[in-house]
Amino acid sequence: MNYNSSPTAPLNFLNHKTGLWSWLSSTDHKRIGLLYLYSITIFFCAAAVLGLLMKIEKFAPGETIMTAQTYNGIFTIHGIIMIFIVVIPGLAAVFGNILLPIMIGAKDVAFPKLNLFSWYVYITGACLGLYSQFAKGHVPDAGWTFYVPYSAEVNSNIVIALTAAFVLGFASILTGLNFIVTIHRMRAPGMTWFRMPLFPWSLYATAWIQILATPIIGITLLMVIAERTLQIGFFDPALGGDPVLYQHLFWIYSHPAVYVMILPAMGVVSEIFPTFSQKPIFGYMPIVFSSLAIALVGYFVWGHHMFTSGMSYQARWFFSLLTFLVAIPSAIKVFNWLSTMYGGSVDLKPPLLYAISFIFLFTIGGFTGLTLGSLATNIQTHNTDFVVAHFHYIVFGGMGFGFFAAIHYWYPKIYGRMYNIRWANIAWAILFTGFNVLYFPMFILGLQGMPRRYFDYDPKFQTGQMISSIGAFILIIGLIGMISNLVYHVRRGAIAPANPWHGVTLEWQIPSPPPHENFDEVPVITRDPYVFDNPYTK
Amino acid sequence: MSTTEHSDYIDSDTGKMGMWLFLFTELFLFGGLFIVYAVMRTKYPEDFHQAALELNAFIGATNTVVLLVSSMTVAMSLTAIQKNKPNIAIGLIFITLILAGVFMMNKYFEWGHKFSLHLYPGSDVMKTLPHGEIMFFGLYFMMTGLHALHVIIGGILLTIVMFKLKSGKINQEHYLLQENGALYWHLVDLIWIFLFPLLYLIT
Repeated sequence: MNYNSSPTAPLNFLNHKTGLWSWLSSTDHKRIGLLYLYSITIFFCAAAVLGLLMKIEKFAPGETIMTAQTYNGIFTIHGIIMIFIVVIPGLAAVFGNILLPIMIGAKDVAFPKLNLFSWYVYITGACLGLYSQFAKGHVPDAGWTFYVPYSAEVNSNIVIALTAAFVLGFASILTGLNFIVTIHRMRAPGMTWFRMPLFPWSLYATAWIQILATPIIGITLLMVIAERTLQIGFFDPALGGDPVLYQHLFWIYSHPAVYVMILPAMGVVSEIFPTFSQKPIFGYMPIVFSSLAIALVGYFVWGHHMFTSGMSYQARWFFSLLTFLVAIPSAIKVFNWLSTMYGGSVDLKPPLLYAISFIFLFTIGGFTGLTLGSLATNIQTHNTDFVVAHFHYIVFGGMGFGFFAAIHYWYPKIYGRMYNIRWANIAWAILFTGFNVLYFPMFILGLQGMPRRYFDYDPKFQTGQMISSIGAFILIIGLIGMISNLVYHVRRGAIAPANPWHGVTLEWQIPSPPPHENFDEVPVITRDPYVFDNPYTK
Repeated sequence: MSTTEHSDYIDSDTGKMGMWLFLFTELFLFGGLFIVYAVMRTKYPEDFHQAALELNAFIGATNTVVLLVSSMTVAMSLTAIQKNKPNIAIGLIFITLILAGVFMMNKYFEWGHKFSLHLYPGSDVMKTLPHGEIMFFGLYFMMTGLHALHVIIGGILLTIVMFKLKSGKINQEHYLLQENGALYWHLVDLIWIFLFPLLYLIT
């Protein structure tokens, strides 16, 4: 990795030391963030190809390119990679690491060595996930949710996949712990809690979910491993266990995990809207407290995944009610982002395009989430393609587009170079079109009764399936366009100034790329985070 | 809202905060098992009553006392290093490690006895028991097993602390590692304080 050619700053975090080992042993939060970025990108591309393969299989009814068993294996590893390796660490591990210390005026995170250790734990988990595919025996085919009794009985490499998820969870906990302590202890003088930018705030809410919810999935996966290896059958009805109990324990973590994915994306767009409107964020406090409210209420809605699994009526309406409540803070945020743009000098650059499409896709995902959270409509749509479309609108349309917004926003800061804006705009247009062509038909297919996770379907679904498969190709073309633009310009792009977007948060006040220790002298914060007094707003 | 100072090194408060957060995650890890215990106990109250009678409350109580005393010695060791008495600190850590060994030995005999009665998951005897008793013994082995693993990890941690005390790397000024090791040891103790009544006393 040779970045010596960057002339803007003679010595920065990219070139102050060179060689592969200087990266693999670096405790610099920015380098660790990039390590995460590269590993996540590789896994994302692999899992996206797997997704495309599934869509090719579904282009026509019947077996086209793979058997049913292969399809089961592919949707399982697609889910495991996307959820545990890409989306959950995603924004926090990449942009949280690179930017959190800079945005609060610190030299590094609270525990730099632990931070590097987390990356190694993460890579170990990711490699175990790969190993489950190539080890002797059958590839795991239980879906990323590992529902018992199937996952406890089936003869495939489930134990390896469970261990992978356990190890990845451990990495997630350590990152969350590091961020909480960093935010509590490392803020620059004058950076009070409510002078902190909104991305760090969202990371703070996320980190609490990470450390409070992840241990539950850890012990739950251990219980399934114990059931498979030691015959301790807490979920095995033949021994008196309860399979529905597994679903409860699983979703106690995995629903809050949805907020681990989406909250940092909300933080990212909360940074982008003020910068590209050159206007203070509308409703700073409501955004802060809605993040905390989402983290809190999101902890108690897990039952809405199990409306058809057998629960008392009281439990069901309680979970349904809370599901509707958790939509309120999200709606507050959407309202605030739109109001931030209102009356601002809106500059439609790629980061803002991605941020606006985030709102569009997230809103569709959110409303269909309410459809699923209603007791009556849930019966109709449960386990159909409607669910798949809904969570791809949230996870990919929300977190994914938030991630793309973040990389386009902070790219010139990280590399000191600018990507091709026109190229980025075109890639965005293809990506956005492909996304909707791919996932929107799945809502309709789901309503018509197309079950999820089936490799074959009734010929009456063919039109929708075909449109959806075509969308997958468009989406992949958009992804290739976007990623190649970014990769190509890391070394060949035009030199970016320190503050190309006229942002006002701390990261824009230092050179691009940032120096090894971020700040020459400790910054002193004397005002709120989003005060625009540059000539562009006067 | 107070502002925090800008620090370049891991100071004691920062390090301790990280440790406390980690201890929360440990509690939540066991929390998942406590949920399973609560659900299963509600489902099979009679079987849990019968199965709990199999456990030897005397050994359980002995181990509780052993762990409580070890928590005291590890705390005393910390006070000793704060008063700049490294040799006493080393001695007290050593006693803590001995007590940890006693705890594990009791555990070994206890588990060994269960195994000799063929009371372990998947055994032929276990399969003939009522469902609730199978669940109870499953929980017993998983909870005490996971706890024993934590005793071992805590023991390793305290051994490292002992050697660092010997080499002077932990001293009157810098004893964060020892403090965190002691905190971890208290967690091991605390979890046992919950396991003991749940498994041995509530019959």
